[in-house]
Amino acid sequence: MDGEAPVLVIACGALAREIVALKKLNGWSALDIQCLPPELHNRPERIPAAVSEAIAAGRARYERIFVAYADCGTGGQLDEVLQAEQVERLPGAHCYEFFATSAAFAAMGAAEPGTFYLTDFLVRHFDRLVIAGLGIDRHPELAGEYFRNYRKLTYLVQAADPALAVAARAAAQRLGLEYEEHFTGYGDLAASLASVASGREHPVSWEKTAWRR
Amino acid sequence: MSDDQTEAFDLNSLSDEELVEQVHDDLYNGLRDEVIEATNIFLGRGWGADKVLNDALVEGMRIVGIDFRDGILFVPEVLLAANAMKAGMEILRPLLAETGAEPIGKVVIGTVKGDIHDIGKNLVSMMLEGAGFEVINIGINNPVEKYLAALEEHQPDILGMSALLTTTMPYMKVVIDTLKQKGLRDKYIVLVGGAPLNEEFAKAVGADAYCRDAAVAVETAKTLIAARRSAIAAAAH
Repeated sequence: MDGEAPVLVIACGALAREIVALKKLNGWSALDIQCLPPELHNRPERIPAAVSEAIAAGRARYERIFVAYADCGTGGQLDEVLQAEQVERLPGAHCYEFFATSAAFAAMGAAEPGTFYLTDFLVRHFDRLVIAGLGIDRHPELAGEYFRNYRKLTYLVQAADPALAVAARAAAQRLGLEYEEHFTGYGDLAASLASVASGREHPVSWEKTAWRR
Repeated sequence: MSDDQTEAFDLNSLSDEELVEQVHDDLYNGLRDEVIEATNIFLGRGWGADKVLNDALVEGMRIVGIDFRDGILFVPEVLLAANAMKAGMEILRPLLAETGAEPIGKVVIGTVKGDIHDIGKNLVSMMLEGAGFEVINIGINNPVEKYLAALEEHQPDILGMSALLTTTMPYMKVVIDTLKQKGLRDKYIVLVGGAPLNEEFAKAVGADAYCRDAAVAVETAKTLIAARRSAIAAAAH
């Protein structure tokens, strides 16, 4: 990779640890990582503008830019921005899908639509992003409102850590849900970043938003 | 603050006008018990159930909706407000039914297959009901067969579909395409909503309109029903 033109990776802050780990593991020195606030996970309507701003700022210094977001609940609005900017992103609807990979995630959803998913990041920040983010800390009675249709909490494990598994199980218990673990590793995040780092043509496009097909 | 200072004042001491304002504030703050108490006070003062509903509850939720849209309130606060309004409506519902007033339209509404999210849909249902619609809420995770059965059984003016997930929202097209195949599409006004949707999506799947929030859903439902009835009346002449 040495000597290759640097690539700016504009990433969801919830992926920072995973992307940095992959970069280090694979020696992707050409990838420069810029993370946006992970709180956008709870405010997807703000993602397209935040990404657009980061792309505009990055244009001056980078010829190649990649966005490490999936659709992430933007309903195609992120893809509008990316298509206009001719910038690619991660495949799929959200991090759960690209970690698990699409076919496996679809199978999990079909088996139990009432599944609440956590990743390593969301387990680490469960209290801040889920409990406080949904106002359950201030109004515990709302937990029943949010989760009454859920049956199961599935922890999608990126890097096995017994402490996180304990925390995830506790989260399921707190929400009154069955608990399940599914080791995904880095899934399509690793494959996509490998393509970006090697300069290969990226396999995904903005046309991925399902209803545009 | 001491207990003495936090002691609630007597809602009965307020004039009608003040009490309406108070209900708006209590809805805004999600104070369920206070909304129940005020609703009963209004009824005790001889207010009709429809007036309590419209002036106090619906107007209060309209204010909540505006501040949600503008990013001043967030989902937890809206949920608490909706629960408070729901409590008031439960008192009023049997009284409204006794009046025998004709609903202004009928709506079948449900969340699409694969999606179990219903907070927004239930809020829309409640606001439609508050606006005088008869609402048949068919719940979550609805396959096309369940939508068709509900349409056949209830013969509504409007079909409402909701989805929260990017992965489930395309199922709305499955339902609409099935209606087209069966020659039923033009029989119903189809409204769609949910956080990741937008107008472009509604157009792409063949819906009549995208409703970005509960207030817009109510206004759109009223407007499209009026337009349809006018068109039918004009065609009959």
